Amino acid sequence: MSDNLTLPAQQGPSDATPSSTEPLLEVEGLTKHFPIYGGFPIKRKVGAVQAVDGVSLSVGVAESVGLVGESGCGKSTTGRLITRLLEPTAGKITYAGQDITHASRRQLAPVRSEIQMIFQDPYSSLNPRQTVGSIIKSPMEVNGIEPAGGREKKVRELLELVGLNPEHYNRFPHEFSGGQRQRIGVARALALEPKLIVADEPVSALDVSIQAQVVNLLQQVQKELGIAFLFIAHDLAVVRHFSQRVAVMYLGKVVEVGDRDSIYNRPRHPYTHALLSAVPEIELDGGSPEGRERIRLSGDVPSPISPPSGCRFRTRCWKAQDKCATEEPPLVQLSGNRAGHLTACHFPEEPTTEARDEDVVLDPALKALEGDAD
Amino acid sequence: MTTLTKTEDSPAPTGPDSFLSVRDLKVRFSTEDGIVKAVDGLSFDVERGKTLGIVGESGSGKSVTNLTILGLHNPRTSTVEGEIVLDGKELVTATERELERLRGNKMAMIFQDPLTALSPFYTVGRQLSEPYMKHKGASKKEAKDRAIEMLTKVGIPQPKMRFDDYPHQFSGGMRQRAMIAMALMCDPDLLIADEPTTALDVTVQAQILDLLKDLQQEFGSAIIFITHDLGVISHVADDLLVMYAGRAVERGSVREVMREPKHPYTWGLLSSMPRLDSSVDEALEPIPGSPPSLLNPPSGCPFHPRCAFRDQVPGTLCSDTRPPLGEGRAAACHLTAEQKQTIFIDKIQPRLR
Repeated sequence: MSDNLTLPAQQGPSDATPSSTEPLLEVEGLTKHFPIYGGFPIKRKVGAVQAVDGVSLSVGVAESVGLVGESGCGKSTTGRLITRLLEPTAGKITYAGQDITHASRRQLAPVRSEIQMIFQDPYSSLNPRQTVGSIIKSPMEVNGIEPAGGREKKVRELLELVGLNPEHYNRFPHEFSGGQRQRIGVARALALEPKLIVADEPVSALDVSIQAQVVNLLQQVQKELGIAFLFIAHDLAVVRHFSQRVAVMYLGKVVEVGDRDSIYNRPRHPYTHALLSAVPEIELDGGSPEGRERIRLSGDVPSPISPPSGCRFRTRCWKAQDKCATEEPPLVQLSGNRAGHLTACHFPEEPTTEARDEDVVLDPALKALEGDAD
Repeated sequence: MTTLTKTEDSPAPTGPDSFLSVRDLKVRFSTEDGIVKAVDGLSFDVERGKTLGIVGESGSGKSVTNLTILGLHNPRTSTVEGEIVLDGKELVTATERELERLRGNKMAMIFQDPLTALSPFYTVGRQLSEPYMKHKGASKKEAKDRAIEMLTKVGIPQPKMRFDDYPHQFSGGMRQRAMIAMALMCDPDLLIADEPTTALDVTVQAQILDLLKDLQQEFGSAIIFITHDLGVISHVADDLLVMYAGRAVERGSVREVMREPKHPYTWGLLSSMPRLDSSVDEALEPIPGSPPSLLNPPSGCPFHPRCAFRDQVPGTLCSDTRPPLGEGRAAACHLTAEQKQTIFIDKIQPRLR
């Protein structure tokens, strides 16, 4: 892995550099409903998958924001909406003070080069018929950028930056291992010197021993080149390691957002508690996880086609009451929480992850089996 | 087989006494590019009612080992050497008919992806009943009752109605529960779970892991639990086998291996994984390089090209000689016990705390 980063300082194509107080990216009430068509003989809209429903978050300059949640919670869709790979149904995306929610192709062109994406699967996100050189070069070609010393020189610099051999310029993706391919994806994302990278599960397809290499590379890129990251992942430990702020999503909504320490050590939303308690942590002393609370939810995430009314987590929540079904809890700062730590819950939990007097076990099978044992 | 000195909490392999005993297993596939040594001299034992965890990266041979135990490898392209003894019965030389009688009955498997492991063509109930009728000679009615009992046990809501559903009508977590129910239908003595929770979300994974643990207490089956996730293994397993490039590199009880790992690869795995309580200011310590190709595995110790401590071993021992894995608590490494202890205390442990 290369230790010194030799890319020139950030100089994006547009001069709309935001001031330090203003966030680089601001998302308000972002919504994406995918229509479902059915019926015969004339197909009409019969419903909608409410993939993302009113998500608000912001990413500051050179900040890394983590987006966690289980599959189907809309975190990837959020990423794709922000990069404008998908057209939002409603809401507002502001990038560097500019509203890009429904910007046209032409208006988007300068912004596109500043927002780049790293994809999950390094096998399907690289064109197998193109050499590594032309893969990394193509963003520059598309945007008509001619770096000093030529594009090929720049590509070789990028390859070196991400820890690959510049000699491999003419090789094809199949000649590389998964971790090396992901490095190619990182190099491609860096080719236009972006200000914001949306990384959608960048390490989850990699082997355990390779994950750390790519996480370190991304962290190095983030710190030394001052690139802001929206880091989308389901692995809570990786997100904690990478992001200063974390947003937890459930069924298309942000249920809790805050700085890393607040979310991981002083969570308030029951879902955040459940999520953290479900992480299979290595117990290095070889013992059982006695210090942590144990929460076992029942069943799976409900379908986003007809999400529960009110609070969407109420169907799996142990604290749910009538109010939860009728009234949607707003995402607000609860008393006792730090500034910026917002929670959407009517009946928040205590801000601790310590073990409880009694485990929360909602799963019927576990309840039955464990009830027998007692 | 001699039983070495063992401490109280280290159930060392007990040779022929154990329920499943694998000795010097070698599995080779012939491919167009050459012979793949998928498993190369692997030995382990599983005791009744205990869980053996096998961790390793993709391509380390952990799945192949277990397909071979079940006799599910393709005999035309693969050769198997060594011995697999299940409850006194040799499986490597067993005929297909004998294996058929064991599969689903005495030994069962839970696959990683329940969507591809369940047939989309038959109802869940039929898929559950079939092995029970075949092995136990039960009637359709009896099999149905048993299937509904098992579906209830694994926590499928409204099992009577769900019996006639197709797999696509189940959610991911429910399919995996149905798979577990299917594996437990005939009350198997050996359950092989191959990455049973990798395709699931964390909250569902936690449910399934606890369910497997609770069910094991009730049924008393031996479980081989395969995963790449050390966190998962530390929750479910009693004993642990770390595999690398088709070989076992470290063995011991979970407690021993987690508390004081002895192989540089295990050190690497532990220090490259971020944890919920690890320091966020320090960079992760990745294992350099990538896993070797099994077409042409490195000579000597297969881990030596990625090992940070090979310069502490005199001469070219690491690249010439394959370190043996002793009995019981052991690690296949040329470093001396003192060296390992010093390295672990000085360099590895501070990273983990």
